[in-house]
Amino acid sequence: MDSALALHRLHFAFTVTYHYLFPQLTMGLALLIVILKTLALRTGNDHYNQAARYWVKIFAINFAMGVVTGIPMEFQFGTNWARFSRDAGGVLGQTLAMEGVFSFFLESTFLGLFVFGESRLSPRLHWVSSFLVFLGSWLSGFFIIATDAWMQHPVGYKLGPNDQIALDSFWGLILNPWTLWQYLHNMIAAVVTASFVMASIGAFYLLTNRFTEHARIFVRTGVIAGTIATLLLLFPTGDGQGRMIADHQPITLAAMEGLFETSAGAPIVLVGQPDTDNLKLDNPILVPKVLSFLTYHRWEAELRGLKDFPRDQWPDNIPLLYYSYHIMVGLGTLLILLTLLCAWSLWRGRLYQSRALLWALMLALPFPYIATTAGWMTAELGRQPWLIYGVMRTSQGFSSRVSAGNTLFTLMGFMGLYLLLGVLFLFLVHREIDHGPAREAVPAGGVQ
Amino acid sequence: MIEIVWFCLVAIMVAGYVVLDGFDLGAGIIHLFVARTEQERRNVLHSIGPVWDGNEVWLLAGGGTLYFAFPALYSAAFSGFYLALMMVLWLLILRGISIELRSHIESPIWKPFWDLIFGGSSALLALLYGAALGNVVRGVPLDSEGFFFIPLWTNLQPGSDAGIVDWYTLLIGAAAFTALAIHGCNWVVLKTSGDLQQRSREFGSRIWWAVVALTAIITVVSFRIQPNIAREFSEHVWGYVFPLLALAGLFGMRVSSARARDLSAFLCSCLYLIGMLTSATFGVFPYVLPSNTSPAEGLTVTNAAAAEYGLYIGLAWWIPGMALAGLYSVFVYRRFAGKVTG
Repeated sequence: MDSALALHRLHFAFTVTYHYLFPQLTMGLALLIVILKTLALRTGNDHYNQAARYWVKIFAINFAMGVVTGIPMEFQFGTNWARFSRDAGGVLGQTLAMEGVFSFFLESTFLGLFVFGESRLSPRLHWVSSFLVFLGSWLSGFFIIATDAWMQHPVGYKLGPNDQIALDSFWGLILNPWTLWQYLHNMIAAVVTASFVMASIGAFYLLTNRFTEHARIFVRTGVIAGTIATLLLLFPTGDGQGRMIADHQPITLAAMEGLFETSAGAPIVLVGQPDTDNLKLDNPILVPKVLSFLTYHRWEAELRGLKDFPRDQWPDNIPLLYYSYHIMVGLGTLLILLTLLCAWSLWRGRLYQSRALLWALMLALPFPYIATTAGWMTAELGRQPWLIYGVMRTSQGFSSRVSAGNTLFTLMGFMGLYLLLGVLFLFLVHREIDHGPAREAVPAGGVQ
Repeated sequence: MIEIVWFCLVAIMVAGYVVLDGFDLGAGIIHLFVARTEQERRNVLHSIGPVWDGNEVWLLAGGGTLYFAFPALYSAAFSGFYLALMMVLWLLILRGISIELRSHIESPIWKPFWDLIFGGSSALLALLYGAALGNVVRGVPLDSEGFFFIPLWTNLQPGSDAGIVDWYTLLIGAAAFTALAIHGCNWVVLKTSGDLQQRSREFGSRIWWAVVALTAIITVVSFRIQPNIAREFSEHVWGYVFPLLALAGLFGMRVSSARARDLSAFLCSCLYLIGMLTSATFGVFPYVLPSNTSPAEGLTVTNAAAAEYGLYIGLAWWIPGMALAGLYSVFVYRRFAGKVTG
């Protein structure tokens, strides 16, 4: 692989993976905070308000990290992917510019009121500001997913002179069927991350016997939201996303599943290591016919294996794609089992005393982050070797005038800076967790 | 024709960004000099606290709009000025966290550290933005594909092998630095009271002379560096309205400051920035990124634009979207109107 190309890919992959650690929490948490504030308004129980205030502080730190690491993403479309942007900017610019115009202004305006404005807004108006921040962040997610979905499944475009890819149907772009499933799947995954973070910190407080009143709210809210969300992640959103891939990217599906041979009644692989030199799967543990059923809802349906497709259309890193997908599905299954157990225990009124389940909840904190990251790696590695599926190859899209040396320089710069940011972030979040939610005073505004 | 409309809309967004984020960058530049006590530093930060993030959104929304309307310009400029753009990103990140993190810990080493980062990153950003504008006016060595790449510096001469930094772009950078500094002074004067206000007023009146001198110098030099400017102004005499706006702003702020009409002084520095930006844009027109090696290769408002259908569609969401954004801004600025108090 051309070393400049590899570095440009790594540059975007590193910065976007790091960036998305923060929005996946804030988008989900925005919804949970709206729920807490709704409960506070309806029940009049001040513990809900204190719980909301506590999470607003965690939200604010994560939001700031999301904003500062998000700006480089927009820039890199031009700096590192200039040929892609020149040719496709007329289409993707629509969704990227709409994100700026419709969601960033909304979020930035109401975030200040939401974080600092509680003392000078009525409870209802403060609820409205939290709702608008939630709306802004979910809109932002929509426009980004619409952008990515178009690269996965380009629609509503036509090819113009000089390779220019021109928009042909605005509604085609916005109502891309791929967008619908990817958006729902992704946003629900964000709710899962936020639910687990909330339940996990609640479990930590219960196990260390601190802030128990609030901790129960955290665990209860997290477990209930988490149970609903993990189930929705599997069906219908995961299923719908899977059918999109089966219909439009069958090669990707074969690579994700480690399926080399075309077969009717294809088995699903639970464990195994793909060997792309000898085109087989080592040490497989299989369940017969399940893959055909999951994909086409028929036990005997035929699935095409990798050998049936020309090699120059194969994703260029099949093992990593295969592992990413299996890690996402494996962890997703684990999270479903855990939330179901916790929900059952909660319903029986035993969860707060069940140390084993609380330990499991506390330790599960990293899993939704890992699963979400693996899910995005599945989507993006699965799209290879295409930058725009079937239209432009990744090797055609990077900034050919920006040398490998310059790219490595800025990649290392980002790595260093993000290391520093990560340390500061952990330090500040740790302080908030240590300080805890009790007796949260209404934060005072800075300006009179 | 639709390209010209989008050219104006993008120019409005860039001007909006420079005027709005300009005052909080300016506040960052001057705060190490005018704010002496912890309370004063806090007051400077509180004066921009509720709005700086929204101001920065103009950069993102403006960038997005540029990407959408002129993808060839966005991709050429961002990849060609690669290193400078990456440094802008690092500075924006450092500046953002310095504002957000400062108040988290009470410590004699924590706050001064972030104050320094805040001041330093604001100053370097102003310089880099100015240098970027200088590069656009001077032109870049575009190839037949419409791309280029230039290093940070070469021999500091604005010739055909110039880097991002040469004596001309450095001069524009210095002008931008002083212009944003005085804009920041006018903002701090408007939003604060007491010693801090007094010191900012004096600081502003001293920088004013530097702004006047640099404005005169860059005007003369720019006419020599970019021959398109003289041609454009002589062919379209109405274009002189833009430099006249800048002059009105420049002298208006002096007069207003002297009479302690602080809002009027601030609006005059807004006017000055808008006048200077539109003069430069007008002077380079119809180019949006001229070539300094072969004029025919320059990116123009027509050859850099996206296809027509998309541009027409864009008007349908851009106008209501920005109208809403304008309403939010009015709402925030009214909500936080008045002086910051300790």
